[in-house]
Amino acid sequence: MKPQDLLFAPTHEWIHVEKDGGKAVGTVGISAFAVEQLSDLVFLELPEVGRQVKAGESLGEIESVKSVSDIYSPVSGEVIEVNSGLPDKLETLQEDAFGAGWIVKLKVADESELDKLLDYAAYQKQCEEAG
Amino acid sequence: MNAELAQTPLHSWHVRNGGRMVDFAGWSMPVQYSSLVEEHHATRRAAGLFDVSHMGRFRIAGEGTAAFLDRLVTRRVADLEVGQIRYALVCNEKGGVLDDVLVYRLAEEGGEPFFWMVVNAGNRAKIANWIKARLAKQSPAKVSFRDETAETAMIAVQGPAALVIAAPVCDANPAELDYYTGAVTQALGQWAIVSRTGYTGEDGCEIIVPAEAGLEVWEKVLQQAKTIDVPEPGVKPAGLGARDTLRLEAAMPLYGHELTEGINPLQAGLKFAVNLKDREFVGRDAIAGFQDDAAMLVRVGLELSGRRAARQGYTIFAEDRQVGEVTSGAFSPTLERPIAMGYVAREASRVGTPLEVDIRGRRESAQVGKLPFYRRKT
Repeated sequence: MKPQDLLFAPTHEWIHVEKDGGKAVGTVGISAFAVEQLSDLVFLELPEVGRQVKAGESLGEIESVKSVSDIYSPVSGEVIEVNSGLPDKLETLQEDAFGAGWIVKLKVADESELDKLLDYAAYQKQCEEAG
Repeated sequence: MNAELAQTPLHSWHVRNGGRMVDFAGWSMPVQYSSLVEEHHATRRAAGLFDVSHMGRFRIAGEGTAAFLDRLVTRRVADLEVGQIRYALVCNEKGGVLDDVLVYRLAEEGGEPFFWMVVNAGNRAKIANWIKARLAKQSPAKVSFRDETAETAMIAVQGPAALVIAAPVCDANPAELDYYTGAVTQALGQWAIVSRTGYTGEDGCEIIVPAEAGLEVWEKVLQQAKTIDVPEPGVKPAGLGARDTLRLEAAMPLYGHELTEGINPLQAGLKFAVNLKDREFVGRDAIAGFQDDAAMLVRVGLELSGRRAARQGYTIFAEDRQVGEVTSGAFSPTLERPIAMGYVAREASRVGTPLEVDIRGRRESAQVGKLPFYRRKT
């Protein structure tokens, strides 16, 4: 996926929303910038399928040699799928954070929450200011 | 980046070469350049170059310095011969550790003798004030104190290839120095202290030069690295991140983690750095009193079974009983599993004792491991 087609949370998660019937399904991952900042990943914990999360709640955690970070859900919803092969193949995050490195799929509960997220340009600006 | 942060003489080199700069004890320092793990492996297999200019460097000289320092630190230093270096602790009256330091006895090339002390960056002002307050009481004032941190640079070259790449830079060949000795010499024509010391568990040396010579020495050592064959990933500049995982594997305590003013040297397992017999030094009687203290927590190593690291502040359990706390932890690049150090009750400190660590709400199994986690082959 191209980052330009994604929405971003200030906490470095991305979401891509597709309509499936009437339902909005969001694929969630963490940005290439976040992966680079974390570097040397050693552990990823995924949530259980079926879990209800609120926007800003922890979906799981990602750990590097040096530190551990929460992965926050960019929107509220239900976890309907997880990328179960990813914890054993963390290099995928380095190679393709915006594609094969997706983390969960969520059934989006409230599409209006998407409006609060950043587009790629705004997210990039935030990263530049932080970096 | 906070403009107030101090910068080492190598700061612009770090920035130009991809160093990710962080605030460390008020200094803007590189935590890593590309990959912490790669920098870690480079140091274990070939060599790593570390800018340690942020560490405090003091010159203490004059008649009576040896006796003065001997009353300041836990370990006998009055008997140091010129060229010898000793690891010691500065403690308060209660026996709590104010800092862990290296004390060097040196002489200028012209023969002028002096002592040199390297202290932690975060404790530099505290120790300088501690020393100055004690010096203010001397009468007549004969011992002089000078903080030479800002006017010098300090570079650690560490790893199996370290001495080979550092040697061409230094007039005194570091390979001819014994471990924990040093000398005043010249590096690229400038005044230098070269010592066979380090904080990684590898052989290597540390080079102190005038600030303006720091960059040239750094670049020259890196250039030397290109002239020799070394295992992958080759010689690398390494940041504070790798320095931390390297010292953790080597079980070296880090101030603010394994050492604080609330910890005494004996519980930290640093008895080798405390000479109680026939000596008077600050904290001596308090430390002597800790010798039979069975209730005191003691420093241990922990090996964890999962992939999640136990980190500073996490609680350690023996079954349902809280027995201590983690002080440092990371995923060990060499051992490829999480390791940690912490303090536990003595009855839970024996190697092999099964314990658990609360890692963000979930108990992970661990056991007390033998320290150091890593020991280089000699």
